[in-house]
Amino acid sequence: MIQKDLRAIILIELLLPLLLTLFGVYHGVLQVLYRAGIIQDVSFGGIGYYQGLTAHGVINAIVLTTFFAVAFGHAVISQYLDHGVSKTGAWTGFVLMVGGTLVAAYPIFTGRANVLYTFYAPMKAHPLFYFGVVFLVVGSWVSFWSWIPGYLRWRKSHPGRKTPLAAVGMFSAFIIWQICTLPVAYEVIVQLIPWSLGWTPGVNVVLSRLLFWFFGHPLVYFWLLPAYVMYYTIMPRLAGGKLYSDFYGRFVFMAFIVLSSPLGLHHQFTEPAISSGYKALHASLTFLVAVPSLVTAFTLAASLEYGARQNGGKGLFAWWARLPHFDPQRWLFPYLFMGLVIFVLGGITGIINASYGMASLVHNTAWIPAHFHLTVAGPTFLAILGMSLYLCAGLLGKNVAAPRAAVAVPYLWTLGTFTFSAGLFYGGLRGVPRRTNLGMSFLDSTSDAYRPDWVIGEYAGAVGGCLMGLSVLLFFYVLVRSLLAPASVPAADAFALPDSAAYHDEAAGVVTNFRPWVIAGIVAILISYIPPLVQVLSAGYPLAAG
Amino acid sequence: MEIARGLPEIEKRVVVAAFLFAAAMLALLAYAAVRLGITVPGCVTNVKPFANGELIQVAPGRYEAHVVSKMFSFKPSPLKVPRGSVVDFYLTSQDVVHGFYIDGTDVNLMALPNAVTYGQAHFEKAGKYQVICHEYCGLGHQDMVGVIEVTP
Repeated sequence: MIQKDLRAIILIELLLPLLLTLFGVYHGVLQVLYRAGIIQDVSFGGIGYYQGLTAHGVINAIVLTTFFAVAFGHAVISQYLDHGVSKTGAWTGFVLMVGGTLVAAYPIFTGRANVLYTFYAPMKAHPLFYFGVVFLVVGSWVSFWSWIPGYLRWRKSHPGRKTPLAAVGMFSAFIIWQICTLPVAYEVIVQLIPWSLGWTPGVNVVLSRLLFWFFGHPLVYFWLLPAYVMYYTIMPRLAGGKLYSDFYGRFVFMAFIVLSSPLGLHHQFTEPAISSGYKALHASLTFLVAVPSLVTAFTLAASLEYGARQNGGKGLFAWWARLPHFDPQRWLFPYLFMGLVIFVLGGITGIINASYGMASLVHNTAWIPAHFHLTVAGPTFLAILGMSLYLCAGLLGKNVAAPRAAVAVPYLWTLGTFTFSAGLFYGGLRGVPRRTNLGMSFLDSTSDAYRPDWVIGEYAGAVGGCLMGLSVLLFFYVLVRSLLAPASVPAADAFALPDSAAYHDEAAGVVTNFRPWVIAGIVAILISYIPPLVQVLSAGYPLAAG
Repeated sequence: MEIARGLPEIEKRVVVAAFLFAAAMLALLAYAAVRLGITVPGCVTNVKPFANGELIQVAPGRYEAHVVSKMFSFKPSPLKVPRGSVVDFYLTSQDVVHGFYIDGTDVNLMALPNAVTYGQAHFEKAGKYQVICHEYCGLGHQDMVGVIEVTP
């Protein structure tokens, strides 16, 4: 059961960013049209290409994901740790996050912050953009802190019991978030805000990029881990089975705490100042972070197989047909399952990107958005859509209207992302740049720069992007109809997240304590980041004004 | 080992297989570095930031290109070298961050203000090579295209 006094916070934290995401997705669709040369202009409908691109990234990748992680975390902690969310903390975090989002929205929507969500200095934005981002992030910290007293109380009152796996997963996500947002907070507060206000003449650009990418990669695990919590604790139950191994669930979350941070240099292979040795170290550690995901692939497949066999599944592979792929009663299942299907390709292409020989072929090309639309716009986005609908309907005591349409959403989305990414992978290998209004030059047949060999990939991207847009419209149709459906108070009071029992409940103590893993993670960060930091600082770059 | 106690045999095999996979990837990287000569791009150089772009011939078939990127062009451009040339690129920016991707080669660099990045290209085929800025640098970003002409 979820605390009644948290319902309003959770609902607003889910619905407000989803509303903004409608705009983010609208500009996603526009982008593929610009890039295919179907729109050949600097702006459309009063919004510039790069302005819309900034909104697309900030809303979809930062605002939506952060709000969702907090809202889903509140639900998980409340349900599993005896209503352990501090109401004051949750409200304080909520006000900061909503305030920050509104403050950052003003410069974005008025075209004063066309800096994309990576805000690479010395590209300058209006100071309110940076302030808004700071409030949003600090609000997410405060929301996380609102779980800590309840967690400690729960540990004290349940001696010898393992912390429920879902709570472990959400704590792991926010421990990673807390660590990785500190350097970027330094970048924004010490480097960017004073410069944007005109108090300092410039920015040490190389340092700012090192600090940003310290944050930029662990960020993706913050996006992924709430989905992992659903895969481990909710999906096996929906499949009619159990979680194959409780140990591996815990091991995976702890391993991410250690491995998610010391590898950000793999975004910076082609930069000056940092020596090859440390770039190679970070590449190696990036391969290591594939280990928890490979273990996850095994555990989840085994859990699904167990469930399918309980449903009468037989054979080496035929049991796949016994999973609830199209069951309107269990419409949430395909949101999770198809996310995993997409993530197989997202994970493989991630390993390709980390291999630096490949990176010099694909760095900053369309290959990169093709890759991360198979991760953050795959498992993460589908899990956010599915769980937002599940929580909104459940907390209001409503049935999901049009459950068959709800089932269709993840399949349409998968078809769209695969088409989109296929086109962008194809183009990326042929040198198509990312984040570029191609219709104004490379895809304009009257331009000197025209590249006829890029057309087919960008057209595939446009078809895929439009399918993704349609899928989101269908989702909003289901969401709005569900919100308008009649409510039942007893159903709302009885609502809880599905929980999967463990098939193997191993007694392995080392994965039940955060402390050694957090310490190992900090040591790994110090070893892998202090020398590159010294290299960058001792290079003595003058400040750049932009 | 406490971690492994109570784990079914199949689960032990899974974690071993996962680590072996990561090790195999590392071994391939090492193979690429040692046998194929594909090493991590260092991009590090002692050259100080410069204000003027120029092409310097250091020996027959060997060139040094000092490239300045600035909204929204690369200088010098077009940059002419004969077929078979080896060119050392030193790259800087006079304003924001730019990208520097020579189409059809593996030169893929970042141009940062007040810093210099290094890369090397061998031009074996004659023709025009587009130099593409692949890092968003402002409203004219899509027009930032340079040319390298490799003469026969």
